[in-house]
Amino acid sequence: MLTLQAVRKAYAGREVVRGIDLELRQGECYGLLGPNGAGKTTTLRLALGLIAPDHGSIRVLDQPVPARALEVRQRVGVVPQADTLDPDFTVAENLVVYGRYFGLTEREIRPRIPDLLEFAGLESRADSAISALSGGMKRRLSLARALINDPALIFLDEPTTGLDPQARHLIWDRLKRLVARGKTILLTTHFMDEAERLCDRLGIMDGGRMICTGTPAELVAAHIEPQVLEVFGEGAAHWMERHGTRLCRRWETVGETTFCYLHDIQPALDALGGAAGLRYLQRPANLEDVFLKLTGHELRD
Amino acid sequence: MAVDLAPPRLSLRLVQVWRRNLLVWRKLLVPSLLGNLADPALSLLGLGYGLGSMLPAVDGVAYITFLAAGIVCYSTMNSASFEGLYSAFSRMHVQRTWEAIMNAPVGLDDIVCAEIAWAATKSAFSGLAILLLIWVLGLSHSPLTLWLVPLTLLIGIVFGSFAVTMTTLAPSYDFFMYYFTLFITPMVLLSGVFYPVSALPSLLQQIAVALPLLHAIELARPLVYGRVPEAVLTHLLVLVSYALVGSYLAVVLARRRLLK
Repeated sequence: MLTLQAVRKAYAGREVVRGIDLELRQGECYGLLGPNGAGKTTTLRLALGLIAPDHGSIRVLDQPVPARALEVRQRVGVVPQADTLDPDFTVAENLVVYGRYFGLTEREIRPRIPDLLEFAGLESRADSAISALSGGMKRRLSLARALINDPALIFLDEPTTGLDPQARHLIWDRLKRLVARGKTILLTTHFMDEAERLCDRLGIMDGGRMICTGTPAELVAAHIEPQVLEVFGEGAAHWMERHGTRLCRRWETVGETTFCYLHDIQPALDALGGAAGLRYLQRPANLEDVFLKLTGHELRD
Repeated sequence: MAVDLAPPRLSLRLVQVWRRNLLVWRKLLVPSLLGNLADPALSLLGLGYGLGSMLPAVDGVAYITFLAAGIVCYSTMNSASFEGLYSAFSRMHVQRTWEAIMNAPVGLDDIVCAEIAWAATKSAFSGLAILLLIWVLGLSHSPLTLWLVPLTLLIGIVFGSFAVTMTTLAPSYDFFMYYFTLFITPMVLLSGVFYPVSALPSLLQQIAVALPLLHAIELARPLVYGRVPEAVLTHLLVLVSYALVGSYLAVVLARRRLLK
C-alpha cells in the first residue's frame, strides 16, 4: 500500500526526516507515534507528494511519489491536523465542493452525502454553518470529507488532538469501522493510548528517525519489563536509595517521578508498605515506557 | 532547498477551484456588489459631475466622459487587487483552504492560477458595471465599448497576478498596505486615471510608460470615445507580458512558500 525506503528530508540544512523506512500492509491501521517535531507530519507530506525527499524512494498505491502524486491523491483521503473546512459553506456544501476537486460532479456527490453524514454522526447537520459545529463535529466532518472519493488509503494527522475524551472516543470508533471495512489507515499521534487502542502496528519516531516498529504488545514485550511502579512525593528519593535500587531491575527518573521496571512487583510493594512521605502507582508497562527507555525523555511535550 | 522554477503545470481541475470562489461570491452577493460596484460608480458620478462642473472639456469631451475610461480600469484593478490580496491571503493562510485543496488531487499551480483567474473574473464584473453606467448615462454609444469586456479581464489577470504574488510574500494582512502605498497609489496618479498623462512633468511621463495601468487606459479611453486606439499591439503586448510575468512569479513564489 505504501513503502518508504531510506527517506531523508532537510530544511535549511537541518534534517527533519533522517532515513525512514516504512511499509504499510493492506487493511491495517499503522500509527506513527512521537513527540511534536519528531518528523511525523513531514513523513505524511512526503507520502502525499507535497514535498520531494532529498534521498530515498516512496511508493504509494503502486505509484512512485512525488512523480505520480496527483494520481495517488486521487485514491487517498487526508484528514489534516488543522481545521481546513470551508467556513463560507454549509456542511453539505463542504462535501460537494471538496468532491469536485476529485473530478466528481455534483450529481455523483449528492447521493453519497447522506451516508457520509451518517457515518460522521452529522445527519441532522447537512445545512448547518461550519461555525455552528463543535470541535469534535468539525473533526468528524473532516473525516467524512476525506472519504468523499472512497479512498483505499486514509492519512490522519493527529486526529484527536485538542478534542475532549468523549469526542476522541467517537473518532476512534469511526476509525475502527473504517478498518473493519478494509480501509488502510496511516495516522500520526502523540497519544500513547490512541496508538495502543487503534493501531495494529506502530512506528515510534524521535528526532526524524524511526526508533522501533512492531505491534503495541511486541514493542512492550521486547523492550520493557512487564510491571511498572511509579514512585513520587517527598520521600521517593530516599526510598529509592534504601530499597528501590536493590528491588527494581531498572529505573528512570523524569521530573519528580521515578519509574521502576520490574518482573516481580511484590517485593517492592512490600517494601513500600511502611515508607513515609511518598505515593506510588502500580500498572502494567505500556508504550510510553518503551518511548522513555529508547529516547530518554517522555513522549508528550 | 532549490525552488522549482519550471513553468506552471496546469490542469482542468483549476476550474473547480475557480468554481469554489464563485460559489462563495454568490452566497455573499449583496455586500460584494456594494463594495465592488457601488463604490466606483459613486466615484464616477461624484468626481465626474462634481469636479467636472468646474472643469473645461478634456480631449474635447466632458470631464465625466474622460474620467469614465479611467474609472473602468481603476475599479477593475482595485477589485482584482483586493481579491488577490486580502481574500486570497485568507484562503491561503487563515482558512487554510489551499492546504485542504492540495490534499486532493489538485496541484498548487492550479490553485494559484485559479485564484488569479477568479480575481480577474470578479474584477471584470466591476469594470462591466461601470461600462453599464457609461451606457445608461449616455457617455458613450459606441459599439467599440464592447471591447472593454475582454480588456477588463486582461487588466484583472495583470493585477490579480501581482496581488497573488504579494500574497505569497505576505507575513500578515498589514503587509498589503506597502503594496497600495508604494505601488498602486503612485501608479494611479501617474497613469492618467483622473487627468491626462500629458499634464505630468516629462520625467514622470517617462516613468508612467512602464506602468501597466497606463497601457490599459490608453486602450480603454479611445474605445469610450468611439475610436480605435493607437498602437493597440504595443499596449496589448505590455499588458500580456505583465500578466505572464506576474502569473509566473505568483506560481514560483507560492511553491517556495507552501511546498516545503
